[in-house]
Amino acid sequence: MEDLVDIEQEIRVKFPEAIVYVQPTRDVFPTYWISKDYIIPVLGFLKTAPGLQFKFLYDLSAIDEQARQNRGDQPESRFTVFYHLLSFSRNQFLRLKVACPEEKPSVPTATTVWQNANWYEREAYDMFGINFEGHPLLRRILMPQYWEGHPLQKAHPARATEMGQFKMPEDRMLVEQDILQFKPEEWGLSSHGNNNEDFMFLNLGPQHPGTHGVLRLVLQMDGESIVNIVPDIGFHHRGAEKMGERQSWHTYIPYTDRVEYLSGVMNNFPYVMAVEQMGGIEVPDRAKVIRIMLSELFRISSHLVWYGTFAQDLGMMTPVFLMFYDRERLFTIIEAICGDRMHPNWFRIGGVAQDLPNGWEDLVRDFLKYMPGRLNEYDKMIMKNRLFKARTKGIGVYNTEEAIEWGVTGAGLRATGLEWDFRKKQPYSGFDQFEFDVPIAVNGDCYDRSLVRIEEMRQSLRIIQQCVDNMPPGPYKSHHPLTTPPDKKHTMYDIETLINHFVNVSWGPVLPPDESYFGVESSKGHNGYYLVSDGSTMSYRTRIRTPSFPHIQFVPYYSKGYTIADLMAILGSVDFVLSDLDR
Amino acid sequence: MNEIWMQILVIVGVLLGTVTIAAGLIYVERKMLAVWQQRSGPNRVGPFGIFQVLADMVKIFFKEDWIPPFVDKKIFIIAPTIIMLSILMSFAIVPFAPGIVIADLNIGLLFFLAMSSLGAYTIVLAGWASNNKYSLLGGMRGAAQLISYEVFMGLSLMGVVIQVGSFNMTDIVNAQKGMWFVVPQFVGFVTFLIAGIAETHRLPFDLPESESELIAGFHSEYSGMKFGMFFVGEYLGITLVSCMITILFFGGWLGPSFLPPIVWFLIKMFAFILFFILLRASLARPRYDQLMGFGWKLLLPLTLLNVLITGAVVLSNA
Repeated sequence: MEDLVDIEQEIRVKFPEAIVYVQPTRDVFPTYWISKDYIIPVLGFLKTAPGLQFKFLYDLSAIDEQARQNRGDQPESRFTVFYHLLSFSRNQFLRLKVACPEEKPSVPTATTVWQNANWYEREAYDMFGINFEGHPLLRRILMPQYWEGHPLQKAHPARATEMGQFKMPEDRMLVEQDILQFKPEEWGLSSHGNNNEDFMFLNLGPQHPGTHGVLRLVLQMDGESIVNIVPDIGFHHRGAEKMGERQSWHTYIPYTDRVEYLSGVMNNFPYVMAVEQMGGIEVPDRAKVIRIMLSELFRISSHLVWYGTFAQDLGMMTPVFLMFYDRERLFTIIEAICGDRMHPNWFRIGGVAQDLPNGWEDLVRDFLKYMPGRLNEYDKMIMKNRLFKARTKGIGVYNTEEAIEWGVTGAGLRATGLEWDFRKKQPYSGFDQFEFDVPIAVNGDCYDRSLVRIEEMRQSLRIIQQCVDNMPPGPYKSHHPLTTPPDKKHTMYDIETLINHFVNVSWGPVLPPDESYFGVESSKGHNGYYLVSDGSTMSYRTRIRTPSFPHIQFVPYYSKGYTIADLMAILGSVDFVLSDLDR
Repeated sequence: MNEIWMQILVIVGVLLGTVTIAAGLIYVERKMLAVWQQRSGPNRVGPFGIFQVLADMVKIFFKEDWIPPFVDKKIFIIAPTIIMLSILMSFAIVPFAPGIVIADLNIGLLFFLAMSSLGAYTIVLAGWASNNKYSLLGGMRGAAQLISYEVFMGLSLMGVVIQVGSFNMTDIVNAQKGMWFVVPQFVGFVTFLIAGIAETHRLPFDLPESESELIAGFHSEYSGMKFGMFFVGEYLGITLVSCMITILFFGGWLGPSFLPPIVWFLIKMFAFILFFILLRASLARPRYDQLMGFGWKLLLPLTLLNVLITGAVVLSNA
């Protein structure tokens, strides 16, 4: 708690009138409401002040407070902009909030403090209509430019049936097609260089084999070398956050599976833990270890997909087939345990859906014996291949400073030499009980990012081995009344449990009005859920912080001057998933 | 009269044979890649999927022959035929066995080099006529790649020519009765092999297409049988280069007499075809500038040195 006093005092000394309100929340984040006039100086101060060093803008978005019940004594607000900051030196998160009581909200831009605030603010503008004064290019990012309204406002309909019939007459089609045309001037790009040379604008995507999904990049090119890149995202946007506001706490779990579709249960993980944190649910040990084992299996599966497709981006044809074969073996295990392969939807509030099936140890042990040899073989085939090295070493380089400035987490950050893994630094679900190393590399190029991920697979195998050897006995879900679906043992014997069971199953659990954030070290980086409850069966606001969003925002910065072929290596080494980028 | 019939028979035989082999390679490649990649490959059409070729051909012939409205129509149509023609013409000088050769030219090797140079037009014209930025980039890459690899493709064969003292293919095979040229001309063999891969733009030299960067490069806009021409042209190219390696460095039809000469020739040729496929299964694609650097800075000096040394040795022996 002494840290908390420290930050607050530092701010109060420097800016006596800045802090409007200190909000208690269920997560360990100190939460301060800052006056709008002071927000940018406070952010700048927090970023640079010695002893604070909140160098990392972790997340930025907003809450529409219009319909919120049980706000307690929080300041009056119509839209609340929140900033999540992370300090590496203090190993601490911090939440700042700014209240906008007016109907047309407007706050000063944070792009002057952090470069990666750019996309976050565009997203907040797109979703809530918040004007960020002084933003370099405030235009829609996820929704199409012709969209009317701002989807995450409470007044905006969530269901297609509320929207009226969809029609696409020819004139509207022409307008929408015209909007998709790339006009360099709109993005502040010039068609001519200083020496009057012409640039070529190459539209890469949204359908392109090298972008691994519907990502559109417009390249400004001089010959084959890249002058600038304009990413155009949002083609995979499915409104996952909006859906969180109309699904019960329990029925939202399947949606999380699909946010980052390669990591399966790793998406359930932060969500259920955020809910458990809010409800004060203690999860039994067996459930914790099962969760860790499953998420590490999925980490390997996700890294295998990355490994194979990365090699394929560089023209290697075979690795992807071999790795999908391994992944198939993994899915056999996952299917045996969860009953489904890519989207198992298997974690529950307070535990997991079912106990492990008979014979699961043999399946996992077989895999643990099989996999290390394959990884060594891939090292020989790919990592030691001279052509592969020539294509990846010294390509797409950035250092730790730049990575932090742009919000990079996961292997991309560790490849720059910073040993930062949330499983070690802020252990969750009992990760502190496991022995594993955090691989790092020093050069921050495509090759080093690959090295880190490959070593991570070996460490995951180590963790899984420990799970198999030390799987604790006991229940696989908590006895807490908010556990969903609740324990059924006593329902037929006493009326209280029966009522609880009936309510939890028919309406879903009711969580106390509070706010809770939880993040995990996912396969792509740090993935977290920020949930706001106003004491109902549904989330009031679900904010999903995904790693791919800042990672793709960062790509244009360090890709300039390389060729298209290098860009493919860079994109491959970022390891992003479009569903994770657009949500 | 008999001789003319014989000649016609050889021409038709070679034409049908090479095209059949090229088509058959679709199956061979798919099956071999599958073996090396731990999967089954084609196994639905006929026993072991061997009729896959027929199914593929039926599909490609019946596809809509779509010409996009924005292309330069005439050139767009001509481009794919050039590669087929030039490679089929090259087969005229290939001696498969004693007597089985269409035109036993005394400048056979030069004819082959001339025809393979024409192949560059396909890529440039297709890339340009498609009126598509990706095609254009592919076409540009292809032109640069073919021109630079053409240079030492010719040079790498000069060692063989110096040793034999003739451009005639039959003479070259007969000169290898004592020893295959792969031994004295090892450098020439390696450089010709690399140039041959570049010539057929197969992985790792498939930069004109490089599907992960340029979608399909110079043939992005092609479909149906026009695309099929590029496709078959590529397999014909592999067959041709394998034939040339067999003839120039591995003694052509020469071999112990328990098998007929043509069989020896085919065995050697297929070994190289499989090698081509194996390369595709195992290597990564270099970057464009790395490829050019490799060609001009390493292979060209190497071939020049080879010509110099071969010349010196031949002169001192004379």
